[in-house]
Amino acid sequence: MISKSLVDRFTTLLGKENVYRDKIDRFNYAYDAAVLEPVIPELVLRPTDREQLGEVARLCNENKLPLTVRGAGTNLSGGTIPQKEGVVVLTQALNKIIEINEADMYAIVEPGVVTATLASEAAAKGLFYPPDPGSQSVSTLGGNVAENAGGLRGLKYGVTKDYLMGLSFFDVEGNKIKSGSKTVKCVTGYNLSGLMIASEGTLGVFSELTLKLIPPPQTSQAMMAVYDTVEGATQTVAAIIAAKILPCTLEFLDNFTIRAVEEFSHAGLPVDANALLLIEVDGHPEQVAEEANIIREICSKNGSTRIQIAEDEVEKNRIWEARRSALSALARLKPTLVLEDATVPRSKVPDMVKGVQQLAGKYNLAIGTFGHAGDGNLHPTILCDKRNRGEWETVEKMIGELFEIALDLGGTLSGEHGIGIAKAGFLAREIGQASIDYSRKMKLSIDPNNILNPGKQVGGWNG
Amino acid sequence: MGEIERLIDRLEELDDLLAGCMKCGLCQAVCPVFTETGLEGDVTRGKLYLLEGVARKMISDAKGVKQRLDKCLLCGTCAANCPSGVNALEIFLKARIILTEFIGLSPVKKVIFRNLIAHPRLFNRIMSLSGRFQGLFITPASPQLETYCSRALSRFMGERHFRRLAEVTFSQGPEKWKKPGKTSKYKVALFPGCVVDKMFPQVAMKTARVLERHNVEVSIPDVQICCGIPSLASGDRKSFTSLLSQNLDSLIALEADFLVTPCATCTSTIRKIWPMMGSELLSERKEQINKLAASAMDISQFLVDVVKISSPALSSDGKGKRVTYHDPCHLGKSLGVYQQPRMLLQSLSDCSFVEMKDADVCCGNGGSFNLQHYQTSGSIGENKIHNIQSVEADVVATSCPACMMQLIDLLSRNEKPIAVKHVIELYEEDGNQ
Repeated sequence: MISKSLVDRFTTLLGKENVYRDKIDRFNYAYDAAVLEPVIPELVLRPTDREQLGEVARLCNENKLPLTVRGAGTNLSGGTIPQKEGVVVLTQALNKIIEINEADMYAIVEPGVVTATLASEAAAKGLFYPPDPGSQSVSTLGGNVAENAGGLRGLKYGVTKDYLMGLSFFDVEGNKIKSGSKTVKCVTGYNLSGLMIASEGTLGVFSELTLKLIPPPQTSQAMMAVYDTVEGATQTVAAIIAAKILPCTLEFLDNFTIRAVEEFSHAGLPVDANALLLIEVDGHPEQVAEEANIIREICSKNGSTRIQIAEDEVEKNRIWEARRSALSALARLKPTLVLEDATVPRSKVPDMVKGVQQLAGKYNLAIGTFGHAGDGNLHPTILCDKRNRGEWETVEKMIGELFEIALDLGGTLSGEHGIGIAKAGFLAREIGQASIDYSRKMKLSIDPNNILNPGKQVGGWNG
Repeated sequence: MGEIERLIDRLEELDDLLAGCMKCGLCQAVCPVFTETGLEGDVTRGKLYLLEGVARKMISDAKGVKQRLDKCLLCGTCAANCPSGVNALEIFLKARIILTEFIGLSPVKKVIFRNLIAHPRLFNRIMSLSGRFQGLFITPASPQLETYCSRALSRFMGERHFRRLAEVTFSQGPEKWKKPGKTSKYKVALFPGCVVDKMFPQVAMKTARVLERHNVEVSIPDVQICCGIPSLASGDRKSFTSLLSQNLDSLIALEADFLVTPCATCTSTIRKIWPMMGSELLSERKEQINKLAASAMDISQFLVDVVKISSPALSSDGKGKRVTYHDPCHLGKSLGVYQQPRMLLQSLSDCSFVEMKDADVCCGNGGSFNLQHYQTSGSIGENKIHNIQSVEADVVATSCPACMMQLIDLLSRNEKPIAVKHVIELYEEDGNQ
């Protein structure tokens, strides 16, 4: 139980309207987008000034209260599900873009700024913020850093970690820690910004992020290639990379997904095709034209039965509509949708797709696979009804085997969705117990009471 | 069975609808109320999860849950953008009924809905009496916008600026449409809707005149009966069922091919919500409901899609007044009617049409939402006012009297004398038509 005097201190600090004690209000922060059980926190706080975060962290630490920072709650691995006796700290009100610097091409933002908002503000100044996770219209940049969010543009432009130049955060004693710089080069001190990437809120409370912006590409060309076999599509991916071309997006849809999308949007997709590749190259107009030509040749050489090149914006939109509606199309088939993101080296994509299809057959489950073929980050999407206990147990078993396949292929448990609590149990299998112990020792020296989002990324343990 | 178990049992019927929500949270990007407050309890995901919380016995404060559920514009923006196609509107309306029946309807609402609105003749008489005596309580606010405010009634009216109630409502007015007219290609039953009937009767009058001008036979119901959406929004199944049943009798008697309204909310209610709710509540009249619903249409849509008026779009370079258009949620997002009203506006000879930013974003009225959450309603509307001003419009047109009330209130309080008109008013008044 949180004492009344502590609640009073939070109230004095944040104002009455930013301290939520009512059970219904707290219940609304008991979950995120992962298919996991909700946990109702004891208290929800909504700082309106980033300097209040340090005091909040200090008070939580002194009272040994677990603290979970929450942005838009779109996490797919339970990273924002709090502890029962814990405190949820909302960043929604910390949503100022402090600076967009055109001369030095960076932005400084508060953690609650929405990803798409920064991208459009940067675009208005002729600059480009590339990371584009599927939830970008609502996700916050603080959450993106804490999860190292990816997106469609990962292959060419990288992910959130490639854009974090520096940050400020509060430790559990309320000290403000700074790392990184507004400069391209900076080797001063430990690279704590790198440590904070994908830390899932377990190492500090972010207050300011400095993010790199780049010049936008001048033009782009989108195309769609149709295949009779999955192998044809994946060989194409390998051949494009071997030709030293990096498309800005290189997306794959399997037959199950193609059929679902076609049924949903009647876009005229070939329902008997076993694979579709959606490819886009961007850059200087001449380079784009040349690369598009080479890719077209590679596609037909590797067995593509039909190649459609977008002639204008309308056609380009139509091509991307197939990918954009993939999740919606699949989501409508069954009540529960589990979006996985086990990732393999891109050369192993054919084995991964085969593995997923075998699992679907073995367990008689509906699975659509689509995703970022260019970086080996596929999204096997399992469709089920979690109200059906037996089926849900099968799904959980199948996911365990899916992880085994990805790891055996030299891959990883999660490309972009995070470990959270959903995958914590599988961590040792990938990185080994020694790595977990090392991480835990490090966390304990920074956070001796283990109050910073306990149970996430390095699992739960009694520190 | 314990008290709360009864509620859980009732909520069971929503289980399949609720299971479709994958909690992705993308509704946060589009919900007008969430955009204003940033609170999870104000967005669809949060509200749906509260219902799940009750069903799973994790929360038991039914009143608290209903309060959160009521803080919703019922604008349908979330449903129109939901990746998994969750029918939030159906869930919300059904949940409001279930929760209201569990908690009980407030005595004031009981009087308003069951003793007043559900008795159309009495309601109409009281409203027209109010129209005659309102002068005692109201004072003029903006002469350009023809608005009034009321200190005497500030307990009910707050700071609102509003139009006077009509002294003679549309349905009490001209008798000519109550008798069979001349034969023509189309027979239309004109349903003015309560707000048009009692506050903007000229909109209904002009709707009828335009229809006549296009050789459409018009008839109107003997008495204006509420479409029932206020009852449903307050979770009162009883008065909704009564109004639906009275409406069916009154409208079927007109034997029309189409049911045309100048009110976006009435159109959407009749077309989508009558079948959605009525087929369960009034199952024996399901066929009649579906037939009538399928014939319901907004006036602009009827003119463009059925009458196929041939008014070519005129070039809009700087002639006459600058007109912009606000999409009512119940016409755009609910029924997909975006182009037809714009086509009418673009055909006007003495106006030039300008598109504003975010024309299809909610104005914040939301019917009873405006009564319960006036401040939030106003701050949602501020952006709309800003966008209207940004295109330097002289006139803002729309297709819903509820949006008109909101726009008039906001513009009048901000002392921006930009005219607010229904599309059909401009179309009827235009010399070209």
